[in-house]
Amino acid sequence: MAVGVRLHEVTKRYGSVEAVRNLTLEVYEGEFFVLLGPSGCGKTTTLRLVAGLERPDAGEIELFGQVVSGSRWVPPEARGIGLVFQDYALFPHLRVAENVAFGLRGWRRRQAMERVAEVLDLVGLAACADRYPHELSGGEQQRVALARALAPRPRLLLLDEPLSNLDAELRKRMRAELRRIVKESQTTALFVTHDQQEAFALADRIGVLSRGRLWQVGAPEEIYHAPACRFVADFIGEATFLPGRVEAHAILTELGRFPGNGLPEGTRVELMLRPADLRIVPDPQGPGVVVDRHFRGSESLYQVRLPSGTLVRASLGEPWTLPPGTRVRLEPTSQRAVVFPVE
Amino acid sequence: MQAAVREVSARKPLPWLLPLPAVLVGAGIFVPLVYLLLRALEADPSTLREVVLSSRNALLLRNTLLLAGGTVVGTALLAFLLALLDVRSDLPPLLTGLVGTLPLAIPEYVGAYAFLAATGPGGTLETLLGIRVPRPGGYWGAVLVLSLFLYPYAFLNLRTALRGVDPSLEESARSLGYGPWAAFARAVLPQLKPALSAGGLLVGIHALADFASVGLLRYETFSYAIYLQYSAAFERTYAAWLALLLIGLVAGMLWTEARVVRGVRVARTGVGAQRVFRRATLGPWRWAAYGYVLALGFTSIGVPVVVLAHWMLRGPGGEAGMAGALAGTLRLAVPTALSAVVLALPIAYWSVRYPSPASAAAERVAYFGYATPPLAFALAVIFFTLRTTPALYQTLPLLIGAASLHFLSEAIGPIRAGLYQAPPHLEEAARSLGYGPVSAFLRVTFPLLRTGLLAGFALVFLSVAKDLALTTLLSPPGYTTLAVRVWGYASDAMFERAAPHGLAMIGLGVAAVGVLIRIERR
Repeated sequence: MAVGVRLHEVTKRYGSVEAVRNLTLEVYEGEFFVLLGPSGCGKTTTLRLVAGLERPDAGEIELFGQVVSGSRWVPPEARGIGLVFQDYALFPHLRVAENVAFGLRGWRRRQAMERVAEVLDLVGLAACADRYPHELSGGEQQRVALARALAPRPRLLLLDEPLSNLDAELRKRMRAELRRIVKESQTTALFVTHDQQEAFALADRIGVLSRGRLWQVGAPEEIYHAPACRFVADFIGEATFLPGRVEAHAILTELGRFPGNGLPEGTRVELMLRPADLRIVPDPQGPGVVVDRHFRGSESLYQVRLPSGTLVRASLGEPWTLPPGTRVRLEPTSQRAVVFPVE
Repeated sequence: MQAAVREVSARKPLPWLLPLPAVLVGAGIFVPLVYLLLRALEADPSTLREVVLSSRNALLLRNTLLLAGGTVVGTALLAFLLALLDVRSDLPPLLTGLVGTLPLAIPEYVGAYAFLAATGPGGTLETLLGIRVPRPGGYWGAVLVLSLFLYPYAFLNLRTALRGVDPSLEESARSLGYGPWAAFARAVLPQLKPALSAGGLLVGIHALADFASVGLLRYETFSYAIYLQYSAAFERTYAAWLALLLIGLVAGMLWTEARVVRGVRVARTGVGAQRVFRRATLGPWRWAAYGYVLALGFTSIGVPVVVLAHWMLRGPGGEAGMAGALAGTLRLAVPTALSAVVLALPIAYWSVRYPSPASAAAERVAYFGYATPPLAFALAVIFFTLRTTPALYQTLPLLIGAASLHFLSEAIGPIRAGLYQAPPHLEEAARSLGYGPVSAFLRVTFPLLRTGLLAGFALVFLSVAKDLALTTLLSPPGYTTLAVRVWGYASDAMFERAAPHGLAMIGLGVAAVGVLIRIERR
């Protein structure tokens, strides 16, 4: 697959703070790529570097095989990008159609009008062309911003937490809608968010960013089930970290033996277990005690305290419930577990 | 926040006493003006036609409009570049802010007098540097002087608007294929239209009201003609008609401004956090920018101070009666500013906590009082008191009352801003924590409001200290203020005697502006 966006050892400092540190990343053409990370991790800075709204202090950025930052500088207006902001940044003095036509400079009037109609249709707002931005709801404003960014047929669409201002219900609907629109327009997308559910729903691949560094890049399933480091494991989804020690080619833990993965004897490790990796079995002689339960509709998430005091999270899909205080034992559902050595 | 406020107003009944001050203010402003209109209509129609449609009036109208237009354009040009440098460049904002604000401390007529005293034979430039510069005067002199001392009104409006423009608008335009200048012109400039026109309106109102500087610079306008009518040949009907024509001009400006702003939408959409602009690095342009800011600061602040100091040193020294004039200014400005704040508080409270068409109208009445040229308003007050309560005529309480009504609008703005920072939820939280209504107000709302009250006080104090129109027409016989003295001496070309009074005025003004700048920077 051809590379759309390439960042090579890019660094950006604000004063003494390194917002982005030596970042190397490739986004393929036509891909929906999500940069995921906690607030302040450098993901918006990365996006602004790609857009040309910031200049990197070191490193190089290429868009579709052309250097745009580094040895050469291409200003944002010449990069062929579309930008969607968290606050939409619609021009308040222009109508919806005028906002969308804003980027169609140099187009023939007829063609521009056709293109505006086309993208407004794509986002489902053909009826709102003559309204002003303040007359629209949040979700509609969001879609106008998307239409405006898509109108000049950018090769790359950059989206900075565009769904974070919508209420929960609308946000879920807009995720599916957004992915459909972007895929239909065949644009490469770089999307920035701190919301892992959003990342899972949208992304072809996810890059996990923290403290200005990229910790892992991969498909959503890969990131979830095979996190590359403890930070990623902890940040993405629920996880229990169970202490263990390698003995006789196996890892001994409070919950039994796990495959040793070829680690040297005596190594101290932590085992990451997702809630679905453990089965809860009610057992009056069991070592664990239920301390808490969250009902989540299709399943319940339990917290179980082991004799050592470690709290373990496990989910249970059964319709019956275990009240706090119930004694249980925990059985691994599979032998594969992610292991991190303890430093 | 607005929505939350509205919700509260729907639940709580309006305390019936709250609109009372607004009603009194409305009566105080409108009754004299209506009386002025009735007086003017008493004249018999043939003289009326002669008086109103005279060729002299046509000349005055032309002069006044040209002056207002030229000053609005002049201030806009001076202020636009300065505001741009203040908000968007890497020049120190303290410098640009001071240059943009400090000229407020210098009344236009003191500026006019300083420019006259600096130039011509025996002027400061000739005595100190040996260069003789012709005295400014006429149309261009008046436009130059008024622009140099009124541009802060345009600057403050433009700066606020520039700071409020969402940077992502410009960035969107960049991403959509516009270069830096085109993006600024297409995405930012339209957002500044309301600020430009609001600033222009303020400048225009002041240019129309000014009679002292145009008098010094020998350029005749409506205001100057009214002043001459009053001070020399007091022909009442003619004066009343001139005043009405002047009010008509202001009404025309208010209407034009409303039309310009109509349909302009600048509200931000979306609710995310707004980033601030990155300041542009000027590079080699830095020196040109510094040159502009320093030259502007020097002409509008440096020149008056240096020239007045020079003339004071040349003067006899030990100016008698200065203390009296200073006391006169304080005895007028302090009670006026206090009563304006006291009147403004309930009006602002009404419009913020119980917004309704009526409360909006109350604010607009106050603004109308501010826009009414003070000479016209003073004439109306004179006519009305002479007819109804002659005992009040030419007394200090009447002057204080008229000045509080006229400048009220200046106090409402900052107090309203303060009230927005103290939403009713805070007071309700205090109530839920066991405080009564009064102590909740005193412990929560009042401290948040304090800076607003102080800013309102300082603004009105500054305006009253600079005022000549109301003071000249309404003060008790023999009552002097610094303003009256400066203008009196300066119009008799007694520059050395005017100088210490002028410097004292600038000192008072700088103190008031200093308070405002400190509040603003917090």
